[in-house]
Amino acid sequence: MTERASTDQRVTVGEPPLKAGEVLYSLRDVSVEYGTRAGPVAAVDGVSLDIRKGEILGLVGESGCGKSTLGKAMLRMITSPGNISSGELWFDGVDLLTLTEKQMRELRGARLGMVFQDPMTSLNPLSKIVDHLTETIMTHEPRVSEAAARDRSAQLIGRLGLREERIDDYPHQFSGGMRQRIMIALALALRADLVIADEPTTALDVIVEAQFLDLLRELRDEFDLTIVLITHNIGVVAEVADRVAVMYAGRMAELAPVNDLFLATKHPYGQGLLRAVPNIELDGTELYQMEGAPPNLLHTPSGCAFHPRCPSVMPICSAHQPSFQPVEWDHYTACWLYESHPDKGKAPDA
Amino acid sequence: MPDPQSVRESHDAGGEHENLVEVNGLKKWFPVQQGFIASLLSRGHIDYVKAVDDVSFTIKRGEVLGLAGESGSGKSTVGRLVLRLLDVTEGQVKVDGVDLGTLKREELRKARSKMQVVFQDPLASLNPRMTVGQAIEHPAQIHLPDTTFEERKELVFELLEAVGMSPPGFFYDKYPHQVSGGQRQRIVLARALITRPELIVADEPIASADVSVQALLLELMIKLKDEFDLTYLFITHDLATTKYICDRIAIMYLGKIVEIGPLDEVFRNPRHPYTRSLLAAVPVPDPRHRRTEPLPHGEIPNPINPPPGCNFHPRCPIAQQGICDSQEPVMLSVTDDEGHLVSCHLRTGAYQHLDPIRTQSN
Repeated sequence: MTERASTDQRVTVGEPPLKAGEVLYSLRDVSVEYGTRAGPVAAVDGVSLDIRKGEILGLVGESGCGKSTLGKAMLRMITSPGNISSGELWFDGVDLLTLTEKQMRELRGARLGMVFQDPMTSLNPLSKIVDHLTETIMTHEPRVSEAAARDRSAQLIGRLGLREERIDDYPHQFSGGMRQRIMIALALALRADLVIADEPTTALDVIVEAQFLDLLRELRDEFDLTIVLITHNIGVVAEVADRVAVMYAGRMAELAPVNDLFLATKHPYGQGLLRAVPNIELDGTELYQMEGAPPNLLHTPSGCAFHPRCPSVMPICSAHQPSFQPVEWDHYTACWLYESHPDKGKAPDA
Repeated sequence: MPDPQSVRESHDAGGEHENLVEVNGLKKWFPVQQGFIASLLSRGHIDYVKAVDDVSFTIKRGEVLGLAGESGSGKSTVGRLVLRLLDVTEGQVKVDGVDLGTLKREELRKARSKMQVVFQDPLASLNPRMTVGQAIEHPAQIHLPDTTFEERKELVFELLEAVGMSPPGFFYDKYPHQVSGGQRQRIVLARALITRPELIVADEPIASADVSVQALLLELMIKLKDEFDLTYLFITHDLATTKYICDRIAIMYLGKIVEIGPLDEVFRNPRHPYTRSLLAAVPVPDPRHRRTEPLPHGEIPNPINPPPGCNFHPRCPIAQQGICDSQEPVMLSVTDDEGHLVSCHLRTGAYQHLDPIRTQSN
């Protein structure tokens, strides 16, 4: 529908850490801390992750695992009492942590889009949809006339499956699924390269959710979008993601292409999680009972944070933290089962 | 001192009626609020939201009936009507053969000790200033007035053990904010059990929990059902979880049940086009899985102005002009044993020859 803006107007500073052609966004050893009365809590603890151009990356985990914090950190939207305490955020050759707040603001909304669980908190109830869209377009592209911005907005919401005349309606006149489409329209209005969607379908009914996921996939192909889909819903990830990252207690537990992650899971946490998910297509009527609950980040267990719940726990697991490293081609995990260490000692218990 | 088995031996005297719950022609219409001027202009005409519109079903003793549907389908309203937390507009609810509509206030209060409810958000269901022990004991003060504090405390300990919170002494004096979300839902379950109920209406009881905790809570609910001879009305939007706990399932759309039957039968051979698309839309945690049914267009229409005829027809892939858009379908049996009922002109009744997708015939 629209031509992609040429890349030459974009600022390029510094050296990208990896192959720039493939990786769009690269997180290097990122930690996010929140100050609490009981001391600093590391909501995200040393996460490294490459997001590839044109992929849908599913970021999954249970509540408190740090997936939403990581999504916010990618947009530099962590607010006090939290802060990005260390690491680098490379986006298209720039470390975002070196940008001024003004430069960051220009990037956000323009090249980095975002969609949250509750679209009503992101839309102004007193503004028509058309005003949201034209304002976004004209702020970032001052030379565009209002009429042109309006045309572009109408086309866009038409593409997202809403009737074009509804552009003059207010947010409350739309259903939840339609509002999520409007949020996507806002991200696409400026031809964002990367959209970070945090639980975008959690408030939606299954049929509307499925429609929305289909749309995400179409848009990715049509607009060459890169999407980070943050969700607690394992089924949603299986439906749309190309690669999946599993987080546990603020750290990366596993990262792999979707088929490998589901069919050849490496980390015991991922293995248990997948067996605990209800699957309507399977005949079995027993769900795996994973022991315990995700840890309180004030008292993250020593070594591997999953060791108190792990069925394959070894002596080393409580003493040393495993490193996040490749165990097969393009398949990363942080688990002592796949890593050697002088202290590893005898064979695993299990 | 009471017999420690007292809670469990509660109601073996019951069992006269095979159906613990019988719901007939249940309707709940909510009047739509109007402004002063609008009410003058409309000359007293009032619009209604037909939240529940002619719903009938039964639940056998010891059975788990799932009630599933999207938001706005009326499933939660049905749950509240069964407990008589809302007054019915029309129709009747019988629990253990007694029509709740005929009961006086005091009789209803007594009858209610046999029915309990568990909601989605345990933090909202628990008083933050009551300890776990006080919260669980509280219903017993009302419904078991002849017991002493010590007897009640023993019951509370017994129930804490039963819901997997041991040692009970460790949790007894804790406040809700001091325990995890999954444990809070266990406390709510324990509190529901202290009046020795027969029926538990569970409205999205595990929806707010994490995946690993959901599996544990489901397992607990199944265990408690066997241990305390319970009957569940399990209300949920998540069809995947119903498979693990329900014996039968009812699918609701816009205030009506469109399909009801044994869970295996409905899942394996769904007949109503809405049930088919709902089942197909459930995300499956397997990347090899591909959807087999097309998704219906759009979203649930406004319940103030439901479409005429079959209210699913504007979204239905097989709707026939002249029939589905004008005549209201009724629930008819699709099998010989009448256990599987569907409300669709093209799948049951006189118009089956018009079904464009003559599915696996039955």
